[in-house]
Amino acid sequence: MFIALRDLRFARGRFGLMATVIALISLLVVLLSGLTTGLSDQSVSAIASLPVDHIAFAAPAAGEKMSFTTSRVTGSQSESVAGQKGVQAAAPLGIAPAQLSAHGKEIAVAAFGADPGSFLSPTGLRDGTVVLSRELATHEKLTVGDKVAVGGDTLTIAALADHASFNHMPVAWIARSAWRKLDAAGGAEGTVIAMRTNGSADLTALDLANHTLTTDRQGALAGIGSYTAENGSLTLMRILLLAVSALVVGAFFTVWTIQRTPDLAVLKAMGASTGYLVKDALVQALTVLMIGGGVGTLLAAGLGWVAAQTVPFVVSPATTLIPLLALLAVGMVGAASSLRRIATVDPLTALGAAR
Amino acid sequence: MTLRLDNVTLTYPDGDSRLVAMSSVSFDVSAGELVAVTGPSGSGKSSLLAVAGLLLTPDSGRVLIGGLDAGPLPRKDQAILRREQLGFVFQQSNLLASLTAYEQLQAAAHLAGTNGAATDQRARELLALMGLESAKARRPAQLSGGQRQRVGIARALMNNPSVLLVDEPTSALDAERGHLIVELLARVTHEQGVAAIMVTHDAVHLGLADRVSEMHDGVLTEPSPVLVG
Repeated sequence: MFIALRDLRFARGRFGLMATVIALISLLVVLLSGLTTGLSDQSVSAIASLPVDHIAFAAPAAGEKMSFTTSRVTGSQSESVAGQKGVQAAAPLGIAPAQLSAHGKEIAVAAFGADPGSFLSPTGLRDGTVVLSRELATHEKLTVGDKVAVGGDTLTIAALADHASFNHMPVAWIARSAWRKLDAAGGAEGTVIAMRTNGSADLTALDLANHTLTTDRQGALAGIGSYTAENGSLTLMRILLLAVSALVVGAFFTVWTIQRTPDLAVLKAMGASTGYLVKDALVQALTVLMIGGGVGTLLAAGLGWVAAQTVPFVVSPATTLIPLLALLAVGMVGAASSLRRIATVDPLTALGAAR
Repeated sequence: MTLRLDNVTLTYPDGDSRLVAMSSVSFDVSAGELVAVTGPSGSGKSSLLAVAGLLLTPDSGRVLIGGLDAGPLPRKDQAILRREQLGFVFQQSNLLASLTAYEQLQAAAHLAGTNGAATDQRARELLALMGLESAKARRPAQLSGGQRQRVGIARALMNNPSVLLVDEPTSALDAERGHLIVELLARVTHEQGVAAIMVTHDAVHLGLADRVSEMHDGVLTEPSPVLVG
């Protein structure tokens, strides 16, 4: 560390440039992470927060994937599923896009239809009422007791629930009887069957008997088309950015190591072990990564906090510290790739005749 | 003897044959003695320094440092010997660009795992001995050639080595500064009680050495006392 830190001080222009590059990469990675989580939250939070452990879709046609958009289930399927061994509770859940009219304004919502009183139903939901996401109600200045129109029905806001979104739309819980009347519902009994199981349910047999495709709650998120595409592309961008940072750091420290080969030869001639020099180089790399990554992450967290007022963005340890740690890890891998050169430096080259 | 080379032969691959760099060289240096090794380019004098400094392994023969046969030691132990028992003074001083004169000495101590007040005191004493008190905070680029070489000597002495290996110390200096450096080397060799080998092709300064040996085609003449006259 003795030499590493003094090298940093001496060549602060070069290392500053490198730290700036790392800061910019970390800024992008953290911004993308916050945006990915924010968008993901808008896509799936309603499903992820359902009080169920499994969801059964109508069995898709050959070559098709399960989808909340195309799945339609019947009441008899739901009753049959509820009677299967290991299934503690099952109820049809309708999900469809709808227009909510309030104060003369049309708002796109995801209408979730559940039977009032069922284990799925949010507190307060009754026939003729709607339970809105608290965030939506605040944004639209709506409160309990206000009248709103969903589809063709005028409904009273019975309660406000925690924030939940589906496919980038806020959720409006309505009774399934009202949900079935929505145009997008097409008269179906429900979209999927929501289940609570005790772990002993034979899901394969259940699916065969009921023409369904059952998956756990996390797996059901793949049935939200936009989520899979968004999450996939944003995650790919993050991975590519991390790979770029590993390459950039590796290239920088390779060039740096080549530049200081004569110094390394002198130090080896003076008795420095390869381990000492490797440790020195790793401390140098980690310092640059921590300074650059730290500055970039702080900047991204600040920008994200401001952006979160208007765009789906989440600032949390998962969207800031984890990307930073990932950046540090891949950066160190990149730096480590340059260390082989340290091991091969011949101390003999420090002597004049050999140079 | 502090340093002894016993019947050392060193060859390099040269196409299908081998080039003899050192041929049955036997050589010893005592504590407090400065031995100059001279000879034309390619005569093997730098190879001698490299073998004595444990940077090259000879084909045969022994290298004894303080009575210890260093040749068979693992590379790791040879590195420990280099930082604790040997001090190198390089041709171009080879100082680290990022360190001040004082830090060059501290770095040598750091390599040997020593630090603290005693190290600080030793560094200050050596810089004073070299007449570099006022230049201790300067980096190599801010020092003259002679000052750089003096820092190099101080660095080589930092860990109290028993052997000082000096590689062409005057090649980057003019005659006057070169002479001052060799004078300084002779003085610290005697004062610090180290066994010093100085490889040089500069015959002007040989009079400052205690003994002079000459190498020709890998063969070393017996060291002879310097005739002062």
